[in-house]
Amino acid sequence: MHNTDTTRSFDVAALSRVEGEGSLRIRVEGNTITDLEFSIFETPRFYEAFLRGRHYQEVTDITARICGICPVAYQTSAANAMERILGIDVGHGIRDLRLLLYLGEWIESHALHVYLLHAPDFLGYPGGIEMAADHPDIVKRGLRLKKLGNAIMAAVGGREIHPVNPRVGGFWSGIRPEVLHAMRPEIEWALDAALATVEWTMGLPFPELTPEYEFVAVHDPDDYAVIDGRIRSSGGLDIDPAEWNETFVEEQVERSNALHARIVGRGSYLAGPMARFAINRELLHPLALDAAARAGLGAQESNPFKSIIIRAVELVHATARCLELVDGYVEPTPSFIERPPRAGEGHGVSEAPRGLLFHRYRLDESGHITDAQIIPPTSQVQLTMEEDLRALLPGILDRPDEEIRHTVEQAIRNFDPCISCATHFLTLEIERT
Amino acid sequence: MTLPTLAVFKFSSCDGCQLALLDLEDELLDLAGAVRITHFLEATTTSEEGPYDVALVEGSISRPDDIERIEQIRADSRTLIAIGACATAGGIQALRNAADVQEYLGFVYPRPELIDVLAASSPASAYVEVDFELRGCPINKRQLLEVVAAHLAGRKPVIPTYSVCVECKQRSVACVLVASGEPCLGPVTRAGCGAICPAYGRGCYGCFGAAETVNITSLRSVWEAAGVDPARMGPALSTFNVASRGFTEAREALDA
Repeated sequence: MHNTDTTRSFDVAALSRVEGEGSLRIRVEGNTITDLEFSIFETPRFYEAFLRGRHYQEVTDITARICGICPVAYQTSAANAMERILGIDVGHGIRDLRLLLYLGEWIESHALHVYLLHAPDFLGYPGGIEMAADHPDIVKRGLRLKKLGNAIMAAVGGREIHPVNPRVGGFWSGIRPEVLHAMRPEIEWALDAALATVEWTMGLPFPELTPEYEFVAVHDPDDYAVIDGRIRSSGGLDIDPAEWNETFVEEQVERSNALHARIVGRGSYLAGPMARFAINRELLHPLALDAAARAGLGAQESNPFKSIIIRAVELVHATARCLELVDGYVEPTPSFIERPPRAGEGHGVSEAPRGLLFHRYRLDESGHITDAQIIPPTSQVQLTMEEDLRALLPGILDRPDEEIRHTVEQAIRNFDPCISCATHFLTLEIERT
Repeated sequence: MTLPTLAVFKFSSCDGCQLALLDLEDELLDLAGAVRITHFLEATTTSEEGPYDVALVEGSISRPDDIERIEQIRADSRTLIAIGACATAGGIQALRNAADVQEYLGFVYPRPELIDVLAASSPASAYVEVDFELRGCPINKRQLLEVVAAHLAGRKPVIPTYSVCVECKQRSVACVLVASGEPCLGPVTRAGCGAICPAYGRGCYGCFGAAETVNITSLRSVWEAAGVDPARMGPALSTFNVASRGFTEAREALDA
């Protein structure tokens, strides 16, 4: 840190407790923010380029590797897009098993973020492991929840990171009912733990910030959308995934290896738990809806710091739905549906733990990929992250640099950003003149 | 008592292998009590300068400033362990090594001139001496625990180098290649996953890279006998460990 009478500037080496690496540069003259840029330095891995020429059946294995935290999201959006091209309707049984696997990923990812990555900001710890020294029972509860999410993923998917069982058309192997029934007692425990998570998070201290967001989420009239659906927004959008490219644009900005998305003619938007809650709240499991009401959440919540409560509410929803899915489970036979390859274009969406994930592919007659487009949630909300910081900063500029830095980092973690997905390296640099 | 220090570093990757450390839910707090975690960005804001007793490195060396960073980590670390297919073989992003990176850049980015990237995605060992390589895409968290524990105890980690076939036998999984004609890389792929793909009714797709000995022409004959199109072998060997020596030599043997 360098301070002189007239200028103040400092660098923070890297933002922690996010997936991947990015940087933030803030320049302040007097009380005016003259420059604010959130940049992503995560090295491009060129998935869209090397997917060309691959067979459609490889897409679930390959795109899973975009993200170690949410591989099932990639597998599901990819499978949805391919199934549209091939004319496959997987039916209820496979859909239920897909939802169970996906909710396992939500439980794992949300428990990780709520307990180990985000809560330490509110309670003043450098991380969840350090927080465990003073709050061992809380951190152990979070770890046990996380473990249950992983157990579901391992049972249905074969392993928790980069599951092997999902495929275009369903699953390589069906899952015997007794395998799922064996997890029932732990899911029951997890539902209680999720309810306790809501109670705990609602008591955290929340900085004030209420931006006006346009919320964008996948919508399914029959369930709190996770694995598929149309795309809706609080600004009136209601589109099929095939209409994505007429509705959203991606732009490249200097200093960032991720493309930024915006709504054509309107601008930035918010995807993720707060958007899902705003669009689909009434479709939450009754226990989750009750918990949200007890936590004082209205029809829409727009303080991004309270996203931690919404993740906790989604943990209630996810565990309650997992119980229903396990109880109602009938092993789907066959475990997958296959159709001969054909040429065409298909679009697929699903709700990754951190928000809407869009895929588009084009296949040739032999079932090989000729074009691919993948838009991860973090690149969709990058502009909104910057706008949140612009709204937040003026109110806290009189505080010490360390405190500003802490609050700014916390505001970025509100988004549970997955920078690896978005293309890594968050260095924070604030310059004051 | 001074605890040994553990640091975790990331290069180009999906974050999945460092997540494997956090996925040790039952052991994480005990592990955190047995070492001092002095750098692990995904888990903590605490970050101390080296030296480190054990450094875990995830991800491939992929952009120009990565080279300087891996050299510094090597200089700071008593033991450097590369974890996962990216850090041990360059990862799936090494598919670009045989392609035209400028064309790839132009396909993904409207303004490719703004992106600074090396022509090849490489393992840490391409630039610095690596003390141990733990394979897998992703790594097996039990193996990770064994490797860390072994290095802290100053013994050699017990990590098998035989093929996935041995794990199928251990699990009593019927051979998916012979019995159901599924294209399987198990005979040429290193064990470590627990033979999960065959256990779920599909062929091994090679995410732990090449086994100690690879007889690819013999495997091709078995594929043919099982009715699998041998033309699928090249693409199958060109995924998460595409640039590994074992799979590169195997593709060359197929082409010969």
